[in-house]
Amino acid sequence: MSKIPLNTPVLDPRIKRVDLESTYGTTAIGENEHWISWEVFHQKKRGDQHVHVGIVHAPDAQLALLFAKEQFGRRLACVNLWVTKSSDIFSFSYDDEDIFDNATAPEKQYREASGFRVMEKINRYKKSKQKA
Amino acid sequence: MYGGGYIQEEKQEATSPIDDSQKLAEFEARIDRGEKIEPHDWMPADYRKQLIRMIEQHAHSEVIGALPEGTWITRAPGFRRKLALIAKVQDEIGHAHLLYSAAETLGKSREQMINDLLTGKSKYSNVFNYPAKTWADVTVIGFLIDAGAIVNQVANSKGSYGPYCRALERICYEESFHLKQGHDAFITLATGTKAQHDMLQDALNRWWKPIMHFHGPPDKISEHTAKLMRWKVKMATNDDMRNQFLDMYVPKILEIGITIPDPNLKKNEATGQWEFSDPDWDEFKRVINGDGPCNAERLAVRQYVEEHGKWVRTAMMNPNQKVVIPFA
Repeated sequence: MSKIPLNTPVLDPRIKRVDLESTYGTTAIGENEHWISWEVFHQKKRGDQHVHVGIVHAPDAQLALLFAKEQFGRRLACVNLWVTKSSDIFSFSYDDEDIFDNATAPEKQYREASGFRVMEKINRYKKSKQKA
Repeated sequence: MYGGGYIQEEKQEATSPIDDSQKLAEFEARIDRGEKIEPHDWMPADYRKQLIRMIEQHAHSEVIGALPEGTWITRAPGFRRKLALIAKVQDEIGHAHLLYSAAETLGKSREQMINDLLTGKSKYSNVFNYPAKTWADVTVIGFLIDAGAIVNQVANSKGSYGPYCRALERICYEESFHLKQGHDAFITLATGTKAQHDMLQDALNRWWKPIMHFHGPPDKISEHTAKLMRWKVKMATNDDMRNQFLDMYVPKILEIGITIPDPNLKKNEATGQWEFSDPDWDEFKRVINGDGPCNAERLAVRQYVEEHGKWVRTAMMNPNQKVVIPFA
């Protein structure tokens, strides 16, 4: 196996970019310097719902849309995007998720199509007619 | 790419924070039921810490991984290869954005993560500390390093943390193109002229060791690892990932007349495990700790970019804005 010599100085521009200013270790990035987060909603085709697909960082809504287009609109079908600040989203807490249990509770079948059985009744009626 | 095949561990603290035992039981029951954990759910401190480290290292790997390929855009052979490489490099940076956002939901800001990358505190996938000397190197990266990453990412996308899984789902979709274009370029060189074939063989010879390093050293069977696997943070051991990778890709290399520079590489049909020569884990350790052929260059480029883009970012910044953790 050929051995790659470690720490060999390489001047090939394909490997080492020339004359980078040696600022290594000096940059410190301040809070928010990469801006604030925006939630992105993607619409696949006209008539569909906008669906949450992720987050971009941007200083304002216009740039957030531009970044959202690059990130979430460059592959796959898309006709429209929305962005909204993450801080503008309000939601329930998952700690309270039991408040939704009712929605699928078996005792609420009276408001589901599947909660009503008509065929039995129809068949019973038809059978009684035949006998008569 | 480049789902950090290997997540650098930090030294374990002598005393782990004590977590509320009832909440911990509920948390573990949720994971056992196959449910996802979301950002605002209760989670053990160690789960949060390990996930931040893992997603952050993955994000850094995407950013740094774009550098060796980026330098080859202008030299890629032919218009179609250039277009594909531009698209791939853009995807990698996009993946970094997706991953930083997912990591941020756990409470570490993007700025903190990038600062930790620039100071060398955070790691990234070790393979990017090696140079891409020829077009064949880019081909080997595009095919085999991406393949190794996909093995890892597909496994992780079935993990327990919702935002990471969602980011990985999208990433894996784009990766399928990376892998295919890499495979296509690989076959083109392997089946081309003798010069092309030799160039590819030379590149693979140089990259084999980093490829074997990619999924990390053999796991110590520790309680820590067992816990992370129970929490579905880690989805398979490093050895299992490497074995799966060899299973899938060794035949694809050999079938087109390229050889692998390890006479001891063979599958033990009885155990289903691949056997191979020691890939020099000491070198792996040296390189990951900063002493590789390109470590300084990679960070210098990143540093340069942050430094020279600073005025634009600052000019557009609204000083009154506050950090808000992304929602989902």
